[in-house]
Amino acid sequence: MGTRPRTPHESTEGAGTLDRDPALLAVALDQSTHDAEEAHWTPAKIALWGGISLLGGLSWVMLAVVRGETVNAIWFVFAAVCTYLIGYRFYSNYIQKHLLKPDDRRATPAEYKADGKDYAATDRRVLFGHHFAAIAGAGPLVGPVLAAQMGYLPGTIWIIVGVVLAGAVQDYLVLFFSMRRGGRSLGQMARDELGKVGGTAALIATLAIMVIIVAILALVVVNALAASPWGVFSVSMTIPIALLMGCYLRFFRPGKVTEVSIIGFILLLAAIIGGGMISSTEWGAAFFHVDPLPLAIGIIIYGFVAAILPVWLLLAPRDYLSTFMKIGTIGMLAIAIVIVRPEISVPAFSEFTANGGPVVSGSLFPFLFVTIACGALSGFHALIASGTTPKLIEKERQTRFIGYGGMLMESFVAIMALVAAVSIDRGIYFAMNSSAALTGGTVQGAVTFVNSLGLTGVNLTPDMLTQTAKDVGEATIVSRSGGAPTLSVGLAHIMQQVAGGKGMMAFWYHFAIMFEALFILTAVDAGTRVARFMLQDSLGNFFPKFKNTSWRTGAWLTTGIMVLAWGAVLIMGVTDPLGGINTLFPLFGIANQLLAAIALAVCMAIVAKRGMFKYLWIVAMPLAFAAVVTISASFLKIFSTIPAVGYFAQNRAFSGALAAGETSFGTAKTVAAMEAVVRNTMVQGILSVLFVVLAIIVMVTAIQATWRSWKGRDFGTNEDPAVPSQMFAPSGFLPTPAEKELGASWDAQARLEKSAKSNR
Amino acid sequence: MNTVELLKKGARDLAWFVKGVMGEDAYDKYKAHHESRHRSGEGEAPPVMTEREFWRDQTDRQDTNPQGRCC
Repeated sequence: MGTRPRTPHESTEGAGTLDRDPALLAVALDQSTHDAEEAHWTPAKIALWGGISLLGGLSWVMLAVVRGETVNAIWFVFAAVCTYLIGYRFYSNYIQKHLLKPDDRRATPAEYKADGKDYAATDRRVLFGHHFAAIAGAGPLVGPVLAAQMGYLPGTIWIIVGVVLAGAVQDYLVLFFSMRRGGRSLGQMARDELGKVGGTAALIATLAIMVIIVAILALVVVNALAASPWGVFSVSMTIPIALLMGCYLRFFRPGKVTEVSIIGFILLLAAIIGGGMISSTEWGAAFFHVDPLPLAIGIIIYGFVAAILPVWLLLAPRDYLSTFMKIGTIGMLAIAIVIVRPEISVPAFSEFTANGGPVVSGSLFPFLFVTIACGALSGFHALIASGTTPKLIEKERQTRFIGYGGMLMESFVAIMALVAAVSIDRGIYFAMNSSAALTGGTVQGAVTFVNSLGLTGVNLTPDMLTQTAKDVGEATIVSRSGGAPTLSVGLAHIMQQVAGGKGMMAFWYHFAIMFEALFILTAVDAGTRVARFMLQDSLGNFFPKFKNTSWRTGAWLTTGIMVLAWGAVLIMGVTDPLGGINTLFPLFGIANQLLAAIALAVCMAIVAKRGMFKYLWIVAMPLAFAAVVTISASFLKIFSTIPAVGYFAQNRAFSGALAAGETSFGTAKTVAAMEAVVRNTMVQGILSVLFVVLAIIVMVTAIQATWRSWKGRDFGTNEDPAVPSQMFAPSGFLPTPAEKELGASWDAQARLEKSAKSNR
Repeated sequence: MNTVELLKKGARDLAWFVKGVMGEDAYDKYKAHHESRHRSGEGEAPPVMTEREFWRDQTDRQDTNPQGRCC
């Protein structure tokens, strides 16, 4: 794709081609109309925004300054929502006005490439729901739970401020730039903007990052289901349910998506209730009690089979089910938090901010920022925002509502997860999230360990742990790390106050586990498929036969390679004597943030190429932050001399002990376990080095590209040529008065045409 | 508008939204697109897929063009 020259600071090239078609109503409002509407501050509007600012300010004061004995969860909701509204109304508007300059006179790919299938103009509110369902997953639910170790305030500030200045900006920019390029993927944009070296590095990094993300998501499921007969039964029932739904849609009633989803949902509820009954029988408890390792192997086999089965049979129906559950459960939790308004007794900053604790090793900076990736800044979104969504957008100005607004919604999910995690007793929180290596996996061991931490206000008794386990229908809740069980206890704790009381806690707990497992499994098999196609595409450069994606052997081979890659990391996490999730989760966060840095680097090169240096800081600021956080976190993981933090330090400590002929060291009680630690830390260390080197290559090439644009004043764009639009649609959730007026004349015209047609 | 009408409209809007988000309206969109592209009198129109054919075609296309799901 050649670069066409254009002058800087010009919103559209070849503006002449976009002149209004005299035979058509206006397809866009003038910029001056938008500006006038914005500048028009009626008293009601002033009162509204004044009120939002005051409420937001008050909430932040309650959270950050007042910090009484307890703080009410409602302040989290108000602080988040008010900050989002202000960020959306003012900051995203600033980005729109000065940096992106969308032009509604231009047709979007959904209009000029319309095929009624992949490219189809979709109502902005529907597309918002669609996009949100694609970006929100287990990430924003797990990270905040783990970061709750540091107290509620660091996580809250990072989630809310981070999304406004970084995460939502990334999603918005990638969506906009991809839309202007006919829906091109992040990898293709990297190649166009950064050249061969940067583009290749970005591609390899994306592939490696997908592997690690799939592996760690699978690890979360294993940790949630291991030794839980109820969970194993109800989650494995999702497979026959999905198969049934797939056949129903294929052979019986094609296209009846909502109907089949409701049927599936009812069967899902039956599976949860049935799980409770079966796990209370002796044979059921024995049969569905699966240890972590066999469970991991089961998920690996499942991942392979699911990725080679036709989409209609398993993936598509489960995707419907997971969308249905996701939007429903998140909405339900939001309402429940507002109704229950739990009091939170976790301190704003805990004892573990400076040096880390049993859940997350390392200091607040940088590890808070990699523990909470999704919800504040998630690089993975760049793959979605440059995939399906840009092909469905109706009008350019809608990218703000969908890209920026969609990410704000995900951030709100993260805040709710944080609230759920901090609303449970702190003693229980640490008993659940400290690895079995620390608690010994027993109630007494957990009580001794947690009480020895010396946390103010924490006095854990064995009774609290056994009672909670009994309430949620599990054999034990000790060392159920990974975030999902903790979130489920929190959600069950909140939901039982709205519906069902204590007796329903077990149901709500397993409902939450099911809800997370469902979309993690969807992410696992969709991720494997996407990775397989990326691998096939790359291998095709050397062995052309691989380019043919319908070649069975090639498809199975590449699927197998990807499954083995994430499967190996998963097995490593499951068998890790140090606790698995604690050592691997930082890698997940770092990987995700590095992908964000890559996406932002590509955006920076594009902005520079457009010649908009005055507003480059909008991209450069989050990019610099993500770069500093991920590179310093990676360096600590690589070079730190503290074994709990540095992979290689841990490796040296254990291999030193082995060389000295010791037979147990730290939490590893056998020579085999010590050798496993040596192996695992080496792999984790090498992965850290790989990620950071690739990301640095991408960032350096992006800085070079930016510098070339600056130095040579060599502006241009890889955008598709402008095509005039022939339709109109409002840009935000609610149409503005001027948009309403224009929309009404389009509606009137459509009615006229319709009646003319029927009279013919 | 009285309350009943308002409720009816609300239910209709909700059904429209849910169907849109779940992707149930895909065939309607495809048909509308097909009709607008090939209005009568503008030459021979290519055959339009039946509902069953369309949904098969859709999942088969997803087989070769997978969409990522986020974490």
